[in-house]
Amino acid sequence: MSAAPADDVAVKADGVAKSFRLPTEQVSTLKERFVHPTRRRRHEDLHALQDVSFEVARGEVFGIVGRNGSGKSTLMKCLAGIYRSDAGEMWLRGRMAPFIELGVGFNPDLTAQDNVLVNAVMLGLTPEQSRARYGSIMDFAELHEFAELKLKNYSSGMQVRLAFSVMVHVDADLLLIDEVLAVGDAAFQEKCYDVLQQARDEGRTILLVTHDMGQVQRFCDRALLLDRGRVVAIGDSRSIARQYTELNFATPLQRESIVARSTSARRGLGGAVTIVDAWAQSVSAEGRTVLVERGEPASLAMRVRFDVAAEDPVFVFEVVDEHERRVLVLSSDRTLLRSGRHAAGDELDVVVAFENYLAPGRYWIWPRVSAAGGEELLAFREGNYPFAVSGTGAGGAVMEVPHLFELHPAPSMQQPAS
Amino acid sequence: MSVEAYRVRGPTALGRDPRRFWNLTRTLAATDWKVRFYGSALGYLWSLLRPLMLFGIVYFVFSYVVQAGAGVEHYGVILLLAMILYFFFSEVTAAGVTSMVDRESLLRKVGFPRAVVPLAVALVAAMNLALNLVVVAIFVVASGVQPRWTWLLLPIPLALMLVFATGVAMLLSALYVRYRDVRPIWEVVLQGLFYATPILYPIEAVIGHSQTLAKIALCNPIAAIIQQSRYLLVGGTSLGEGLGSSALAAIPLVILVAVTVLGFLVFDRMAPRAAEEL
Repeated sequence: MSAAPADDVAVKADGVAKSFRLPTEQVSTLKERFVHPTRRRRHEDLHALQDVSFEVARGEVFGIVGRNGSGKSTLMKCLAGIYRSDAGEMWLRGRMAPFIELGVGFNPDLTAQDNVLVNAVMLGLTPEQSRARYGSIMDFAELHEFAELKLKNYSSGMQVRLAFSVMVHVDADLLLIDEVLAVGDAAFQEKCYDVLQQARDEGRTILLVTHDMGQVQRFCDRALLLDRGRVVAIGDSRSIARQYTELNFATPLQRESIVARSTSARRGLGGAVTIVDAWAQSVSAEGRTVLVERGEPASLAMRVRFDVAAEDPVFVFEVVDEHERRVLVLSSDRTLLRSGRHAAGDELDVVVAFENYLAPGRYWIWPRVSAAGGEELLAFREGNYPFAVSGTGAGGAVMEVPHLFELHPAPSMQQPAS
Repeated sequence: MSVEAYRVRGPTALGRDPRRFWNLTRTLAATDWKVRFYGSALGYLWSLLRPLMLFGIVYFVFSYVVQAGAGVEHYGVILLLAMILYFFFSEVTAAGVTSMVDRESLLRKVGFPRAVVPLAVALVAAMNLALNLVVVAIFVVASGVQPRWTWLLLPIPLALMLVFATGVAMLLSALYVRYRDVRPIWEVVLQGLFYATPILYPIEAVIGHSQTLAKIALCNPIAAIIQQSRYLLVGGTSLGEGLGSSALAAIPLVILVAVTVLGFLVFDRMAPRAAEEL
């Protein structure tokens, strides 16, 4: 059993576990119990969360990311006091408001005023506070002229606006937000972002469950990556977003190794290979540079240290653009079939030259090393190595390849009909 | 700003903040009350008119056709009081059975004390009962019943009825989460209880038929509460007289307490897992 969290910690989870019983034979009527009184109710345990521990500092915006079914919503529901966890401890500091869904308790047969009351009270206000804030809630939602209307006569967009406005006015110290920002149109989402930004500036602590890595990088100070109920990594939002992307596009086998590696890294065992550095270089700069001219031969490099001996590792350079789109993947197993044997303690600079046809703009190198065969990931560097491509005439594409225009008269024009 | 950290232990029946419990209960009850009369021209009047009209039919049938009330003083007032009390019990428990399932969307999205749900149902029915008792009071005056000091004791059986109905509602709502057969069973039980309780027929008629049968009937907490309320309001056979001794009035009381405690315990056990079992 752990002690209460330190003063500057707003949320603390320690070894939280939660499993659900999935009955293989649903026994839901008394008759079945009477007819088969001796039959044990068979069920399978679904381990939704296992040994989840993390801390969130006061005033921090903390992302919780993971694929579908990774347990992030279950974690939210445990924190919000909707589910009881099977093991571990959770601590919160300050008044918490859960936003698992917008408009909880809304009833289509009631007016906006009644619905605001129920919703706000469910989220933790007293009825008196809720009545006092009603005017300002309707102002924010821009729905004053529809105040007398029953909710069922509202458009879905208006309902979302109303619900969101209540959420803004609940002013809890600790907000648990579960993908509710995914609803609504672009303008609404911008408004959500403004509100989040404001809440953050006011020093509120925010836990944000999301699929959207853009959101994570835009708002979160740190994030937690869950996979199948376990914590894969906790770190700065950029590196978590990258790991999430990797996990998402990985093959099942690769995924195992990503999870295993991150788990062992967190336990301080260290990886087999360390990527010390990575950079771009160009002919004109005669070596290391952050600026590469478009069309000029360029190279990407990484310095690798082998902590244990390795044979034929695969070196991969990924280049991503500002939107984290992969625009280039250069893998050593395509050209250099065997990279050789490397003893523990060896340091190696891996350089790949390529014709640089990237469009002008900013790019990042994501270096990684896999074991022979390419399936088991040995290292990928959590840090980013930016470089820029200079040049003129960007047409908005990611590539500008050498090209040649030709103009030919159409054949029918060449040979006029006789 | 040093706010104390607190542990999250998952949902319970009662929660750790009585003020929040009450705020939630009254808010849910108030909205339920509004929704109930939504769209009807007469609104709240219906909660008075409905039992009155039903009472009118039953009074006509049992006074003039069946003549069950022959020789019983203030039969009309007694019949109305008994019916209204039984309606209250049946309203709380019938709505209580499905209450947790009906509130599924709330239970799965917000962590709040789970007992709020059946208690809000009981509160709505209690508001209804309060209005109905106004009708009873008017009838009492109109029938020329002499005021008695025992009227001051009437809140006691009323409070016991509220407690008992809530306890049964908690028991049933918790069972219904897992066993959906509870609802049809309870509908039948409510019908049976109605006829097993001296509502349409006065207890004197049962005593005249069989002393033992009357005693058994009065062990039922609902029958005991209705009989004692009737005695406190207009006189006649008290609960103690019906059972043969005042001390025996403890039997229905013990049953009432036992069922209520059982209801709470079963609910309390179910509460932490309600959201995932729904």
